[in-house]
Amino acid sequence: MKRSLTLALGIMSLLWLVGCASRGGTAATEGAAVEDLASAGAQASALGSSGGFAGTARSQAGPKGEPGSPLSQRVIYFDFDQSSVATQYLPVVQAHAEYLRDNPRVRIALEGHTDERGTREYNIALGDRRANAVSQLMIYQGVAGNQVERVSYGEEQPAAQGSDESAWAQNRRVEIVYGGGG
Amino acid sequence: MIGCYVRRGLRVVCALTAAFALAPSAFAELTIRITQGVEGALPIAILPFAAGAPGALEAQDISEIIRADLERSGRFAPLKEHQLPERPIDASQTRFPLWRATGAHSLVLGQIAQSQTGGFQVQFQLLDVFQGTELTNLRFTVRPDELRRLAHHISDVIYERLTGERGAFSTRIAYVTNIRTDQGERFSLMVADADGFDPQTILSSPEPIMSPAWSPDGQKLAYVSFEGRRSKIFVQEVYTGVREMITSYPGINGAPAWSPDGTRLALTLSRDGNPEIYIVSLAGKQLTRLTNNAAIDTEPVWSPDGRSLFFTSDRGGGPQIYRLPASGGSAARLTFEGSYNGRPTVSADGKRVAMVHRTQGQFRVAVQDLASGRLSVLTDGRLDESPSFAPNGQMILYAASDRGNGVLAAVSVDGRVKQRLQLSSGDVREPAWSPYIQ
Repeated sequence: MKRSLTLALGIMSLLWLVGCASRGGTAATEGAAVEDLASAGAQASALGSSGGFAGTARSQAGPKGEPGSPLSQRVIYFDFDQSSVATQYLPVVQAHAEYLRDNPRVRIALEGHTDERGTREYNIALGDRRANAVSQLMIYQGVAGNQVERVSYGEEQPAAQGSDESAWAQNRRVEIVYGGGG
Repeated sequence: MIGCYVRRGLRVVCALTAAFALAPSAFAELTIRITQGVEGALPIAILPFAAGAPGALEAQDISEIIRADLERSGRFAPLKEHQLPERPIDASQTRFPLWRATGAHSLVLGQIAQSQTGGFQVQFQLLDVFQGTELTNLRFTVRPDELRRLAHHISDVIYERLTGERGAFSTRIAYVTNIRTDQGERFSLMVADADGFDPQTILSSPEPIMSPAWSPDGQKLAYVSFEGRRSKIFVQEVYTGVREMITSYPGINGAPAWSPDGTRLALTLSRDGNPEIYIVSLAGKQLTRLTNNAAIDTEPVWSPDGRSLFFTSDRGGGPQIYRLPASGGSAARLTFEGSYNGRPTVSADGKRVAMVHRTQGQFRVAVQDLASGRLSVLTDGRLDESPSFAPNGQMILYAASDRGNGVLAAVSVDGRVKQRLQLSSGDVREPAWSPYIQ
């Protein structure tokens, strides 16, 4: 049964005449200033103000590598419910580990992702475990722990939309994201 | 006492009104559809409230809101307008034999008139059709901007009088939306009335927002935000927008859950290398670690008595639900049916745990009775998740997937009534039903 909101609109437009606006508006202004979050593009607001929006550009920093070389690859894919790095991706991990070892001021984020199946926070844990697996391999190869940061997005940022095996396979991944220092 | 209730709601209503003024386009999009039957629901007649000349619109609105509230609960089947045999203004005019013939057990009627102070006087009566008696007769004086809240309050009074259980119509829901645009994604943390009306943005970000959780007094939300491309847990006052960062450790900062006394959060951190459950005190930010093993431990939630935590762990091989003393100690496994049980949430009476349960490759909302251990699957979707109990424990709000789009849905705890809340655009997920707002 579909409910029309026309009546609700009527009430709201009436409410609006009543003159609480100034009070609510003040609260919203006070509430919106939060730490230095403007740079990150997030905006908190009181019930009542409309939130703003600003995008952040993804970093394109880091080594380019020869096209097709392990260093040119930035994504490691995983099997369903697995967090161990498959043999075929070991050269990719090794190439980046060597680069990081040679450039100790360079830092990376390992962003872990999962497919959409399962609960959201459990998938955050699974993505973290995947990022951790890559991170451990890099550390074994001589990368300093403080060069590597783990961030798990779970199922929140799929690389491919869709609910089929092909989309899921593209979404179970760790992305190597280069930050500053290099 | 009722007047006091309405007056206490006043500040809230005020803020909502202002919000509407600032963001007029943000709200007219949510519709609720009852998708599965009301068999066994109590027939009830709700008459359009009688109005003095200038108040006609408001009168119609009030009875319409009450009708929709009661119907949505699944416990009542309101008569259609053409089934109403007469339009009495009060009990003395009511010809009960006419009403008995309609099958309605109860009759709601009321009047609305403008008060001398520019507000409204609203009177309503609840009549027992078979006894021919008056069950409730209340009068309210409210400002025009309190009318909608008052209608929900009247629904609560009717619901409690006829079912013996407290109504949850004056509560709110929080949820996360994700809208893809040419410029990228926009995540918003929203708060709306329990009927989906008047959604307001309380946080907006280009990065994911997750896991909203209401404080026990209904005044704050804890949530996870990835702003700056790191996970952080915040607590935000819903009615002022003021917020505080609680944790931003390396790795996971996830799954915040309020202690029943509102002084602590249980949460998941992986700062020590592996997802583990911690408790953080909101005043001093001191951490206490509760789990310690090589498995995933996450999605904690407190029992209403504050003495234990339920959580998801794959320590037995796959994700299952466990229970652990809040003071620490060993965990006991709670779920044994199926190979995937996660994201527990506990009813306010502590008797039931709702969860996500996988069956034949589909993720569904199930509820387990703690005394008997009996598990019932309530939903039939492909990817149902994030169950959240209404504060009276009668309905469970959850997120479902509809052709790749996230939608909100609700199901009664017996699985009998199903409904859907649908936004016209974007992906809606992670609903959280507020407690009774104090």
